[in-house]
Amino acid sequence: MARTLISAVLAALALVGALAAQVVLAGDAQGYVKAGSRAAAHGACVEPTQYMRRHHMDLIQHQRDATVYQGIRGTRHSLAGCIDCHVGPGSDGHPVAVNAEHQFCRSCHEFAAVKVNCFDCHDGVPKGGPLSESAQSALDAATQQGRGRGNADGSVRSAREGQGQ
Amino acid sequence: MMKHPPEGIDQGRRALLGVAVGVTTAVVAPGLVLHAAALPSAAPPGAQRSGPVTDRVRWGLLIDTSKCAEGCRACVDACDRENGLDLQTRPAGQSGRAWADQKAVWIRKVKLADDLTGRVTNLPMMCQHCEHPPCVDVCPTGASFKRADGIVLVDRHTCIGCRYCMMACPYQARSFIHEVTHDQLTRVPRGKGCVESCNLCVSRRDQGAPSTACADACADAGHHAIVFGDLKDPRSAISQALTGLPNRQLREDLELNTGVRYAGV
Amino acid sequence: MKRIVYREWRIPPARYWGILGILAAVVGLGGLAALYLEHEGHWVTGMSNSVVWGVPHVFAVFLILAASGAINVASVGTVFNKGAYLPLGRLSGLLAVALLIGGLLILVLDLGRPDRLLVAMTHYNFRSIFAWNIYLYTGFVVLVIAYLWSMADRMGAPFKQSIGVLAFVWRLALTTATGSIFGFLVARQAFDTAFLAPMFVIMSLAYGLAIFLLVLIFSCAQDARPIGDLLLQRLKNLLGVFVAAVLYFTLVYYLTKLYGAKNYDLVGWVLLRGGIYSFTAWVGWVLLGTLVPLGIIWHPVLGRDRRWIVAACALVILGGFAALYVILIGSQVYPLQIFPGHTVVASGVVDGLRAGVAHYHPSVPEVLLGLGGVAVALVITAVGVRVLQFLPESLADPEASAPVGSGALRRFSIDEISPG
Repeated sequence: MARTLISAVLAALALVGALAAQVVLAGDAQGYVKAGSRAAAHGACVEPTQYMRRHHMDLIQHQRDATVYQGIRGTRHSLAGCIDCHVGPGSDGHPVAVNAEHQFCRSCHEFAAVKVNCFDCHDGVPKGGPLSESAQSALDAATQQGRGRGNADGSVRSAREGQGQ
Repeated sequence: MMKHPPEGIDQGRRALLGVAVGVTTAVVAPGLVLHAAALPSAAPPGAQRSGPVTDRVRWGLLIDTSKCAEGCRACVDACDRENGLDLQTRPAGQSGRAWADQKAVWIRKVKLADDLTGRVTNLPMMCQHCEHPPCVDVCPTGASFKRADGIVLVDRHTCIGCRYCMMACPYQARSFIHEVTHDQLTRVPRGKGCVESCNLCVSRRDQGAPSTACADACADAGHHAIVFGDLKDPRSAISQALTGLPNRQLREDLELNTGVRYAGV
Repeated sequence: MKRIVYREWRIPPARYWGILGILAAVVGLGGLAALYLEHEGHWVTGMSNSVVWGVPHVFAVFLILAASGAINVASVGTVFNKGAYLPLGRLSGLLAVALLIGGLLILVLDLGRPDRLLVAMTHYNFRSIFAWNIYLYTGFVVLVIAYLWSMADRMGAPFKQSIGVLAFVWRLALTTATGSIFGFLVARQAFDTAFLAPMFVIMSLAYGLAIFLLVLIFSCAQDARPIGDLLLQRLKNLLGVFVAAVLYFTLVYYLTKLYGAKNYDLVGWVLLRGGIYSFTAWVGWVLLGTLVPLGIIWHPVLGRDRRWIVAACALVILGGFAALYVILIGSQVYPLQIFPGHTVVASGVVDGLRAGVAHYHPSVPEVLLGLGGVAVALVITAVGVRVLQFLPESLADPEASAPVGSGALRRFSIDEISPG
């Protein structure tokens, strides 16, 4: 009888402990968006926050295939866009990779215990821009001449979004 | 042995373009909707693509070996900078010689001597962007693929790193990433265990930039040995040059119909 | 004919666990090597952008070939109705599955992204022979397990013949496809021939039988189970035929290559000027791997000595590794001929596209990975033989054994299970 009681108490304690840990982690979760990142200044993500929490991976993957196979490089749902907006400054003012410890992607994924593969290949800080400097200057020159034959293969957007994947 | 790109020239292309550049509603920043404008028949340069790439273009290169200077590495250096290959670091403990054959190289300068006459030819070699690429045929997962506009590249999200494509490539154009990568450029993600090669500066293509890094660098160096352009557009600089200049494909015997052509070899 | 009694391997536990312990240690080293490779990347191997497949692939291809060859012993029994081979069917099936799993494990662990195995299982490009092989290899395992069931279970007996035929056809397809991995590569001169497919089939028969014989002789000797001289002579002679066939195919392979002037340099390099590759081809593949074992096998005295037969089998296996080393690695080391009639004086990288040949020096981790795969195959075999009834209690020749249930009437129940 006493042993049963002890086991029950121990089990209850373990449960309380686990719950407390969850609460602490969940408290952490409130602060996932890093102060100083562009995301912190925005009221909302590219889609409603609740939707993004559940479906960001689908959006990124969809954009991924569109980019790789169809050459469509919108930033709205691209990983590059996520990184651009969510990367926060470190104590030295330099950007800290979104997949570094306590940063946006990492902290939430650790909470959810889901492995992220993105950063095997993608760097966690924006670097180099959508075009190299030389490409940009060549593009500008061609645009000024107005006769470059850059994108002759179909429907084109009349305005650029400023940044690409 | 001289051949010209055998694709039939699509005479209806201009007409098609006018129709195809149609209603495109682009959602840009949250809350901001741009209304699609009726565009002139030729797309303005510098426009980012919003519709899928089509096979109305086929990108290619023409290398005029008579203009390729010995000892010049402008194209190689430009490619390395463009694609972040200059950021590769030799793993600690690896010998320089072994690393030289393990690091990624997308374009390389080759110097040839004719066995009979000794005539020396210099040329850059990169992925030849075949119409019938052996690397695409052998890839078990379909990660190695040919984009509609003729660019052959690797979808590194499905590449398992088996290297069968490297076995199959007749030009040894592909590199396997042998080490853990750091500091990749945003426009060129690359990571350990996948295969990569020249993709004709695919991000430039999608952003509407006019040329490739190697062709630009070659022109800047004053050589103009590399011409980039649309093989299907009879008015493009590359098509004009191909018409005027005797040229051939490497390993013509394989009938791969490469997108990269060489003059003077 | 006598009734076959199968029994678990009853060697002393100390010896059994000792064998398992040694094998497990090798498996462990192979596993560590795989982890190291996965963590660091392939720069820790001798493989490069020129030699993209190295020693792990030599091991893997050897094991896959040997697997399809090992099942041949069962096929001879059921498909070709050679009664003497019937008692060997179960071991043959077990060994085939074990060797294939060992080989595949090496292949998978050598991938640049082994974590994406699921991608390989969900994305297929059916123009790729690799994609077909994924089905052929897994199908082979399933089929051989069904074959084992039909051999071991009374309920399966009616299906034994048909499953056996299917397994035989399947293994031919499997080895043909394995050869085609290389045969379809138009880029590299030394591959680029459909001849590699039948050549791999012949090689598989020789290497598979050699491994089978070694395992059979070892496991029977450990458990003091007799193997009849007559049976051993049959198996040994069969091995001789297969090894001779490999020699013939080797000869024809190089002769057909020599038929085209463009390949003179290639063959000259492999056979004469290739340094370690020429040495391996002549000494490893032809002399030690083919001629010496043939001499032993058909020698009137040595061919009857069990120790010499074991030596011959070991040499055939050694020759197999040598042959695959030359075929797989030598063919990659030899430079691609992109500019016929020209010499590449310089290229942007040291070895990439070069005047001379590429360099390949296998590193310790990749060798350990390969050995680990072999050890996995042997662990599966050892455990299988120990816990299930794979080995016949006696393989003594019929006239030498006590007649149990004699006569032609028992012909169709010779492999029936004995409850004891």
